[in-house]
Amino acid sequence: MSLDFPGLFNYWLIIILMMIGFYIVIAHGNLVKKIVGLNVFQVSVFLLYITMGKVEGGTAPILADGIEVYSNPLPHVLILTAIVVGVATTALGLALVVRIKETYTTIEEDEIDAMENQG
Amino acid sequence: MIQHHLPILQILVPLLAAPVCMFIRHPQVVWVWTLAIVWLCLPMSVALLLQVLDQGVIVYELGDWAAPWGIEYRVDSLNAFILVIVTMIASVVVPYGRTLVDSEIPASRIYLFYAMFLLCMTGLLGIAITGDAFNLFVFLEISSLSTYVLVSLGKDRRALTAAYRYLIMGTIGATFYIIGVGLLYMATGSLNIVDLGKLVPAMADHRTIQAALAFLTVGLALKAALFPLHMWLPNAYAFAPSVVTVFLAATATKVAVYAFIRVIFGIFGDIDVLALLPVRYLLMLLAVAAMFAGSAVAIYQNDAKRLLAYSSIAQIGYMILGISMDSVTGVAAGIVHLFNHALMKGGLFMALGAILYKTGSVDLRDMTGMGRRMPFTMAAFVVGGLSLIGVPLTAGFVSKWYLIQAALEAGWWPLAVLIVLSSLLAVIYVWRIVEIAYFQPGGQLPKIYDRAPLKLLIPMWVLTGATIYFGIDATTTMDIAYTAAKTLVPGGAP
Repeated sequence: MSLDFPGLFNYWLIIILMMIGFYIVIAHGNLVKKIVGLNVFQVSVFLLYITMGKVEGGTAPILADGIEVYSNPLPHVLILTAIVVGVATTALGLALVVRIKETYTTIEEDEIDAMENQG
Repeated sequence: MIQHHLPILQILVPLLAAPVCMFIRHPQVVWVWTLAIVWLCLPMSVALLLQVLDQGVIVYELGDWAAPWGIEYRVDSLNAFILVIVTMIASVVVPYGRTLVDSEIPASRIYLFYAMFLLCMTGLLGIAITGDAFNLFVFLEISSLSTYVLVSLGKDRRALTAAYRYLIMGTIGATFYIIGVGLLYMATGSLNIVDLGKLVPAMADHRTIQAALAFLTVGLALKAALFPLHMWLPNAYAFAPSVVTVFLAATATKVAVYAFIRVIFGIFGDIDVLALLPVRYLLMLLAVAAMFAGSAVAIYQNDAKRLLAYSSIAQIGYMILGISMDSVTGVAAGIVHLFNHALMKGGLFMALGAILYKTGSVDLRDMTGMGRRMPFTMAAFVVGGLSLIGVPLTAGFVSKWYLIQAALEAGWWPLAVLIVLSSLLAVIYVWRIVEIAYFQPGGQLPKIYDRAPLKLLIPMWVLTGATIYFGIDATTTMDIAYTAAKTLVPGGAP
């Protein structure tokens, strides 16, 4: 198993993106930033699927003369579904943030916590 | 003909019924529509269960594309049982819910509530019925997204932050799950669970497979609220509308536990995964920690809904403990506890819903004299509480009995001691409520007799009665659980 740097370039990027996204979700107190972090985290997984479907030298999987090697379309199709789910999650998350802003007048987690602990 | 298409109809009927709610809009008509749909789904799932017990596994290929290329729905004795649990709880919750939904949710939003409820049920049924790992993710997200909306409909403004936190945690869990599925696909080129179960053992020592197992475990543990990934659960249960709490507590985490069983035994079953990595001991440790931590925190809660939410975390510990034992008896105990816990927690949260409806509070300090004020409701609560503890003649006793038996069979007697000790903690938190409701002197409301409406009492007592019934005669449930466990555990030896 070779993990030499250029050979698995995409995977390195995916891991870096994934960790950045995950870190934002955990570390940031701003509710909108958390959602954005969640998005980055999800997008890194989309890239993971797209990368694994790529066949070296392959083109888009459309029947045409003179083309022998195709990329695997299945992971790409799967990730279309996951993108839809991601969009729905983001929309719902942001809608919740709007409602939180209306009732708490803030979207900073520490301020909300302080208000909740007061009762 | 229609019999042949039952597996897909089980999903399609509620899925298509949900958008219809958006066109009906009238609160009462939407309720009747939802009731009709869930009462239609219940006989379907019962028919599936009977057919499976009679003839064995039912395979339904979507669009006639043969697996592993097409998506297949695969009904065996385990997931048919889960389907029955979900539809059964739903068909009791909807008639129960009418009064509470009218009182807790603004009339202009009621049709949205029922649309979300049906979608949530579709998602849960879909997770149970599908035989495709990626399809399972899609259903997981259908049920989760609708659950976030349902939780956020709570009256208290903290319902919004609870829903938000649940959304963040739930999405991380689901994303972990697809990373795991992706890694499996990378290594094997298949997404069908049965097919994966055949391909994975050959590459058991492959790093990719092991990483996939880790991601799947963490992702599903988040969804099932296994300690210490349970942080989203108490607030979500406490601030969601009462009806939602009843439905979620009785079904959502159970279905996640089911998905967990399916992954551990369905995909990784043949390679004795629980021994390959220290997964088994890790799960066992977390399960025991959940049993104690959940119960211990429950003792100190003043809000009865939160108290039961923490108790749920402990009860999930018992289920995972049974699964982690990796023996037929252990897994059967886990599965039967899944069913029994759905009954008792459903009944308990229904009792709290009735109290909230009548008095506007479920704070323990406001529950003084409740035993005299709402005798039938509190009686149901006491039965449910006894079942949580595991007193004989209640369903909780049956699951704990088999759990202890499984521990002794494997020679882990300290585990049996721990199960009994953690039950003693349950005695404390149940007793706290009973003492306040029945034995505390004074209280400003000594003589008021304030029976909950029959519309609430009947569904509540249906579940409470079932708790007692399945505590006395557990042969049906244990038979199904044993049949399911035998097909799951490698070798099938007892």
